[in-house]
Amino acid sequence: MPDPDFHAMPLGAAKKGYRGVIVAVGFPVPRERPIADEFNEELERRLLEIGFVEGAQIEILHEGLIGGDPIAIRVDDMSVALRRHEANAILVSAPMAASALSQG
Amino acid sequence: MSTWPADAFRFALVGNPNCGKTALFNMLTGKRQKVANYPGVTVESKRGRLVSPGGRKMVVVDLPGTYSLRGRSPDEAVTRNAILGQLADERAADLIVCVADATNLRLSLRLALELKTTGIPVILALNMVDIAKARGITIDIVRLSEKIGIPVISTIAVEKDGTKALLAALDTFAEQHRDSVQPSWHEQSADEVRATHRFINDVITECVTIPPNADLWTRRIDNVLLHPFWGLLVLLLVLFLIFQAVFSWSTPAMDAIKAGFDFAGGWVKTHLPHGMLASLLADGIIAGVGSVIVFLPQILVLFFFIILLEDFGYMARAAFLMDRIIGGVGLHGRSFIPLLSSFACAIPGIMATRVIDNRRQRLATILIAPLMTCSARIPVYTLIIAAFIPNTHLYGFINLQGVVMFGLYAAGIVSAFLVAWVFRLFVWSGKSEPFIMELPSYKRPSLRSVGMNVLQRGFVFLQRAGTTILSMMVLIWFLASVPGAPEGATDPAINYSFAGIIGHALHPLLAPIGFNWQIAVALIPGMAAREVAVGALATVYALGNDEGSLGATIAANWSLGTALALLAWYVFAPQCASTLSVVRRETNSWKWPIAMFAYLTALAYVAAFVTFHITEWLSS
Repeated sequence: MPDPDFHAMPLGAAKKGYRGVIVAVGFPVPRERPIADEFNEELERRLLEIGFVEGAQIEILHEGLIGGDPIAIRVDDMSVALRRHEANAILVSAPMAASALSQG
Repeated sequence: MSTWPADAFRFALVGNPNCGKTALFNMLTGKRQKVANYPGVTVESKRGRLVSPGGRKMVVVDLPGTYSLRGRSPDEAVTRNAILGQLADERAADLIVCVADATNLRLSLRLALELKTTGIPVILALNMVDIAKARGITIDIVRLSEKIGIPVISTIAVEKDGTKALLAALDTFAEQHRDSVQPSWHEQSADEVRATHRFINDVITECVTIPPNADLWTRRIDNVLLHPFWGLLVLLLVLFLIFQAVFSWSTPAMDAIKAGFDFAGGWVKTHLPHGMLASLLADGIIAGVGSVIVFLPQILVLFFFIILLEDFGYMARAAFLMDRIIGGVGLHGRSFIPLLSSFACAIPGIMATRVIDNRRQRLATILIAPLMTCSARIPVYTLIIAAFIPNTHLYGFINLQGVVMFGLYAAGIVSAFLVAWVFRLFVWSGKSEPFIMELPSYKRPSLRSVGMNVLQRGFVFLQRAGTTILSMMVLIWFLASVPGAPEGATDPAINYSFAGIIGHALHPLLAPIGFNWQIAVALIPGMAAREVAVGALATVYALGNDEGSLGATIAANWSLGTALALLAWYVFAPQCASTLSVVRRETNSWKWPIAMFAYLTALAYVAAFVTFHITEWLSS
């Protein structure tokens, strides 16, 4: 049942200032070329090991110059840099009120 | 290591990157450390030894910073196997000291719990407790230790007394230690990692309080340093200052080193009987090693800034800013610093690629490092430019000689990116690597730790110069001096030597790119270091070491096409023996230096060929 206060999106699509909570890690990332499943598993584990885990609070702090890439993300109490492409393996959601605040 | 008994107590230092593990290792072992080499492995792992306060001799194994024991490459798996005792000639560690950054505990605690599953006893060294305290972070150590089931000890790696408690704990542990268990390890599944994170989250909620503004200053500084415009501007400014320092601060020291080696060479020549021995000492060993060691001041200044900025936390930001800019050709944000170092000399640049943890990206960076115009090429460039390019101004204000110089630098950078792109496209196709990097909070660097690291780098460089490079120098001297000139010879002696013979033999190959036999001969001793080719040219033209008259001589003897072709050749300049020997050393294989030499030679040949023929065609 869809929750009205809840919409999930890939972290790679979030703009600077976005705040939310991680709801899923290890979402398959579309690749330029076909690639083995191990790659997504490897990415999932590396993301988990550096602190991207379901339930963690995130905030996009900074964006790079070209195409807003890479992004600097606050994950709980640390900061991590990530390319948007890999960030798409992470699904985040912001309660409507919180996302309206951060965008307004 | 010879005096330490084989059954000495062994412990391993494991920790996240930026946790201050290197500083702790340095504080524990002082100068008694060395880099361990496993065959075919490029990941750096250090061994150190210490005598504990209780008089025990101990061996410390230092592993590269990591978030997991899993190992992202076969190389990292080897260092893991080293502490698990799965390598043939090494016993498992008796104890693992997991070093944790007290200001950022979450990931360290997860790693500590993963280490615990191996069966090897673990101690958690809570490092940088002073900084955590200053930021208002409180940690209930007793509670934490109970919760995770691991002894926890506070350390301050950059203070002399900061490791006292850890040393005492090591003694106590070694005292009680009996037979070590056979460790086991299995790769944690994603769900196991998740479960550990949930557990850690509860532990942190219970034992750690972090005020909301604990990293206020880091966030404020990042608002400028990570800003898409101001951040890049600051980066450019920082680079400009580093370059200024590298080239201006080191000049007096470089002049002194050069004068010292010249004096030593002269002394040997006047005090030893004239002959092969004096020539070997003066022209081979002293001049050859001197021509490389002269870069030591530049390397020390460069490493001082790099390590200072790394310890401050800025290098991760530089990688962030540069990642997309150089990432398009398959390089990593972290490739940026090694490439920057290569403008001084490719040797420290290649040594600095150890910060890149992905093997393919590290190799790509190593392979293109020699395309950055190192300072050894400057004498060659200035000689030819001064002799052939008129000192006039384009449109009244752009100096033509300056334009050519800039063009040569730019040609190197552009070809480096092209080469990296081709490697990505054909050699390592389809395997793009993720860029995932922690941005550590800024910390005031400890000058003691920075100084110690700079000295270590300098020492490693001298070791290279003293071993691999020295033997190359002797070989090159041998080629350039043996056999000597026959009785009544009119040409310079080098013409009759093996270098002369090889140069003459190579000449037909080099004639299509406009090189005369004098250049062909000079390229052989130029293998010692690129700038040696200038001195060698003077020798071939029998002029002595006067570069002014050398310029006039080549201006009279060479066509413009030849001169420009030699410049084009030097953009790629494959013939640096020191670089090749360092590549062999760093990659632990002959494959990569050979590949590097082959591709650089091919590019140099094609570039010189095209330059020569276009110039000849235009000027005819």
